[in-house]
Amino acid sequence: MATVTLSAVTKSYAGNAVIHGIDCVIEDGEFVVIVGPSGCGKSTLLRMVAGLEAITGGTIAIGDRVVNQVEPKDRDIAMVFQNYALYPHMTVFQNMAYGLKIRGLSRDAIRARVDKAAEILQLGALLERTPRQLSGGQRQRVAMGRAIVREPQVFLFDEPLSNLDAKLRVQMRVEIKRLQQRLGTTSIYVTHDQTEAMTLADRLIVLNGGIAEQIGRPIELYERPASLFVAGFIGSPAMNFLDGAAGDDGRVVLAGGTVLAATAPAGSGVTVGIRPEHLVPAAESEAAAHLHVDMVELLGADTIVYGTLGEGGPALLLRLAGIAQIAAGTRLPLGFPPEQLHLFDRATGKRL
Amino acid sequence: MQRRVVFDGKLLPYLLVAPQLAVTLVFFFWPAAEAVYFSTQRQDAFGLSTVFVGFENFAAVFADPGYLHSFQVTAIFSVAVTLLAMLPALLLAVMADRVVRFASVYKTALMLPYAVAPAIAGVLWLFLFAPGIGIVANALKWLGIDWNYLLNGNQALLLVIVAAAWKQLSYNFLFFLAGLQAIPKSLLEAASIDGAGGFLRFRTIVLPLLSPTTFFLFVVDVVYAFFETFGVIHAVTGGGPSKATEILIYKVYYDGVVGLDLGGSSAQSVVLMIIVIALTAVQFRYVERRVHY
Repeated sequence: MATVTLSAVTKSYAGNAVIHGIDCVIEDGEFVVIVGPSGCGKSTLLRMVAGLEAITGGTIAIGDRVVNQVEPKDRDIAMVFQNYALYPHMTVFQNMAYGLKIRGLSRDAIRARVDKAAEILQLGALLERTPRQLSGGQRQRVAMGRAIVREPQVFLFDEPLSNLDAKLRVQMRVEIKRLQQRLGTTSIYVTHDQTEAMTLADRLIVLNGGIAEQIGRPIELYERPASLFVAGFIGSPAMNFLDGAAGDDGRVVLAGGTVLAATAPAGSGVTVGIRPEHLVPAAESEAAAHLHVDMVELLGADTIVYGTLGEGGPALLLRLAGIAQIAAGTRLPLGFPPEQLHLFDRATGKRL
Repeated sequence: MQRRVVFDGKLLPYLLVAPQLAVTLVFFFWPAAEAVYFSTQRQDAFGLSTVFVGFENFAAVFADPGYLHSFQVTAIFSVAVTLLAMLPALLLAVMADRVVRFASVYKTALMLPYAVAPAIAGVLWLFLFAPGIGIVANALKWLGIDWNYLLNGNQALLLVIVAAAWKQLSYNFLFFLAGLQAIPKSLLEAASIDGAGGFLRFRTIVLPLLSPTTFFLFVVDVVYAFFETFGVIHAVTGGGPSKATEILIYKVYYDGVVGLDLGGSSAQSVVLMIIVIALTAVQFRYVERRVHY
């Protein structure tokens, strides 16, 4: 068990910076998810912790030890790869025992550890098979098994679920979370899937273009996104953004003329964000604006309404709980609850 | 599972394989059949009459001490050529795989020997090692080594082994390199996180995953050593000195074309054919079991 400390970590390839100084202390036993769109540098960051990529600047420490110059094999970490990276010429047992054998454990100790891991992951019946004979979910579990038998200080996960089908992904997600809680091992998990990120993480690092946009608990990020990027990335369906401006009195007025119960520094350009689930239908007399409905998706548990704010205005999504009978083409009076509005500086994208 | 595309036509498949079959028939089955036929015949010195003699030619061949000697030479030669063509090729491929800059230059340079015709390659080595004029021969002399492969049979055998192996090196290199590049990088990364150092990774991950390539090359190289080294030997030593480099295929040529013993030569080539078929069958039967596909 150990903390992982990233201090001003940077990475560049031939002068092109891809990671621009990340600072983060990952506590002992914490499950941290690094999330971001493809190409944001999240896998690179993870691989730097693993020792598979050199660190250009800053330091990475595991426990009290700075590991910048330490070989992957000496960092006491285990990694689960996106394509599982199982050794195709070895059985499941040999795959899991490989690292233990290299570390010189006795035959009995290896057997005991592999059996224990196999029991946790329900791989007992598969130990003598080769990876080729396994399904995707089983391979995934073997990759997990190979990581846990080592009893490392840190688990690293590089998009481990992205090769699975949707149903299996949800199931494995729950298993990973349960396993981590049971073992209490510090874990760093990389994904581009915000649902995975929200459900697994104790804390999230939202990475965009090599910069940590925000680090915090999932619910903090949902409730108080620090930037437009985080606001748009966390939450599904994504937050609505509307252009607005603060008048002389500081009251925010949307481009369509709707006046909101929110204030910003006078005269500044503002992007107003509101989540689809926070928009509320209002009585006609109290409506702040009208949604012109073009399409309705009935999902059973909730209803997604697509439309525009006013005639030909900006696109807006509304999510209502349960089944709402709304026809396309109707005008839906809407209210903007002031406590659910997020205001961002239009120039910098930062939260106001 | 790969899905197979099936065409319904009856004629098309035959048409498609016809050219290959024609080539095989004309250049392999026909000569092979002729060889089998002639191995049971004896011809007079002027080629005017032939008589059926059953297995007499085979009996004569196996009673010939020269033939048994040629057997020994071939065994040493083929084992040495195969090893010498494969091990350095593997080493070079591993190193070329790690080269980042100018990789294609290295690869092209390492591929060149394969583009050289066997006889030309032989002449090249001849020039390098010819006693008196060869640059390497002179260097060896300067080092105090008495180099004269025209007189020393062991030196001659060594020279043709090296020349033949050099020629095949490129081919092996190319396949090893392709094999190495087909190994997913994440496997090696996983192994290094599992604690394996460079050599251990090579032994426990790379070599087993390379085994299909190694097996294939082993079969190809043995067949190469048996048959295709004729040009090199012919150019460098002509089977000499005193038959020290006369491998079986060279003896077939020498006895048949130079010695004009058509029946004996045919019998030898039938024996050779059986040996290679048997060797290949053995390789596939026993070695393949240890191969991980």
